[in-house]
Amino acid sequence: MSGYILRRCLAVIPVMLLVAVFVFLLLRLTPGDPAAIIAGDMATPAQLERIREAMGLNDPIPVQFATWIGQLMQGDLGVSLISNTPVSIMVAERIGPTISIAVLTILMSVVISVPMGVLAAWKHRSGVDYAVMTFSVLGFSVPVFVIGYLFILIFSLRLGWFPVQGFQPISAGLRPFLSSAFLPALTLSTIYVALIARMTRANMLDVLGEDYIRTARAKGAPERRVLFRHALRNAAVPILTVIGTGFALLIGGVVVTETVFNIPGLGRLTVDAILARDYPVIQAMILLTSFLYVLVNLLIDLSYSLFDPRIRY
Amino acid sequence: MAPIPQPTSAMQPVLRALRLPQFGLGAKLAALILAVIVLLTLLAGWIAPHDPLAMNPMVRLQGSQPGHPLGTDNFGRDIFSRVLIGGQLSLIIGIATAVVAVTLGLVIGLVAGFFRTADAIIMRAMDALMAIPSILLAIALVALNGPSVGSVIAAITIPEIPRVVRLVRAVILSAREEPYVEAAIALGTPMRKILVRHLVPNTTAPLIVQGTYILASAILTEAILSFLGAGVSTETPTWGNIMAEGRQFFRIKPELILYPGIALSLCILSINLLGDAARDMLDPRLKKRAG
Repeated sequence: MSGYILRRCLAVIPVMLLVAVFVFLLLRLTPGDPAAIIAGDMATPAQLERIREAMGLNDPIPVQFATWIGQLMQGDLGVSLISNTPVSIMVAERIGPTISIAVLTILMSVVISVPMGVLAAWKHRSGVDYAVMTFSVLGFSVPVFVIGYLFILIFSLRLGWFPVQGFQPISAGLRPFLSSAFLPALTLSTIYVALIARMTRANMLDVLGEDYIRTARAKGAPERRVLFRHALRNAAVPILTVIGTGFALLIGGVVVTETVFNIPGLGRLTVDAILARDYPVIQAMILLTSFLYVLVNLLIDLSYSLFDPRIRY
Repeated sequence: MAPIPQPTSAMQPVLRALRLPQFGLGAKLAALILAVIVLLTLLAGWIAPHDPLAMNPMVRLQGSQPGHPLGTDNFGRDIFSRVLIGGQLSLIIGIATAVVAVTLGLVIGLVAGFFRTADAIIMRAMDALMAIPSILLAIALVALNGPSVGSVIAAITIPEIPRVVRLVRAVILSAREEPYVEAAIALGTPMRKILVRHLVPNTTAPLIVQGTYILASAILTEAILSFLGAGVSTETPTWGNIMAEGRQFFRIKPELILYPGIALSLCILSINLLGDAARDMLDPRLKKRAG
């Protein structure tokens, strides 16, 4: 077991290294000179040259890469070209809203979508089933920002239940936090709910056709026990997997949702950095989110045995 | 004498699928909606009552009225005309992305699936590419390469490629174990012919389905890029750009976001439904699972 975990963890290293190479090359091979951005429009060639030398931009590409990786290993994410602040401080300032909304989203999504999927599979080909399927197709097709604005229009502007935009941290109290975070989280949930509900339904349908379900019903197990204990547990692994791969959707959704709801989080930080060509921030953010994605999927892989004791490593 | 089995057997489910009567009601409706959208978009130049770029400060932010069926925006431009024209670039970018991603993915996937030495390297690279959130990668690519249509297409295509590669590789890996491939190798069939005649046809059906989903997701991504300010240049009306401009006026005129949003959603919805229908048709085994 521990051998497997170790091997699985080690396998992350080459993937992350390749991600780092991609991100690095992405920024080096595109037109645009970071030194020119720092120096501004009025810089003389001599000033530009000094900045290039100071930033190591004159070194050969492999040397630059090695220097960058070396700094990363020491937790140094670089310094923003625009605000001159260390990226790690910028991330620390912005991570709160993003994490709290992401956690709320995942909680809401799982609580809503898994029962939806179970119900749809249980009442296969009924009105409930068709309603769930319709919702999940819609959830995939309506863009996150359209949903966001629709929610603002209905719940904030027309009904006045929630503030229109902005964000209150948990430290400001649970009520203000929830009232500012609920709509963004609900917006972000739609696509995730669609994905998980669809997957839950499909896997439950498979499992409900198994012999042991008939056996459980025949021996008189209550239907609720059959559904959740016998069926859902056996359908759990693929559902978990889709929660992991859907994490990428969540990251993309965060970027858009933070723009719609005007939330000062990591998503907005990244977009602003990209639009301003703030190279160190772009590198750090893409690397961080990729690392997070790989980490989440690693944890999910390792958690399979909790849900399915037959899986032994 | 029994008929000789045709070597094109892998194409048969595709041909069967193209007989429309087998489509369900939802898929037929989706096909109709999509046909209407494509037709309106193609003919936008003739249908549009106004020049989508013509500003008229006298009629700023008007509601629905004769001459302006969906009202006007903050520059007095006709929203209906803009939404019509806005679909053109969205569809072009979507189709180009789907074609390029499927083609490149097919080639890379073939190499990975057939040549074992290349497999490990290619698949690790694909894993890494998949780990980078596609929206961030796409925004970065556009921001760094400039807001041209070409760079938007490239930016949306690159994150889609790994998914196609995985699919093609999986199909090839199982197909290459088939007796007919073994027989072809034993008979000394040239490598090229084995790939093209015996292996590629197996990927046709799944790639048609995957291509449809890529088309839908590319149109969606294009809109998101424009919305975030990282799409094609803002003077060009696309659904995403119209919505991005409408953001400031959302409180007084939500229609600026809702109308292009509805057009965009209907378009993506109908493509997704057609993709589902195609999948059910081409792989009946999946039908029970995804209904």
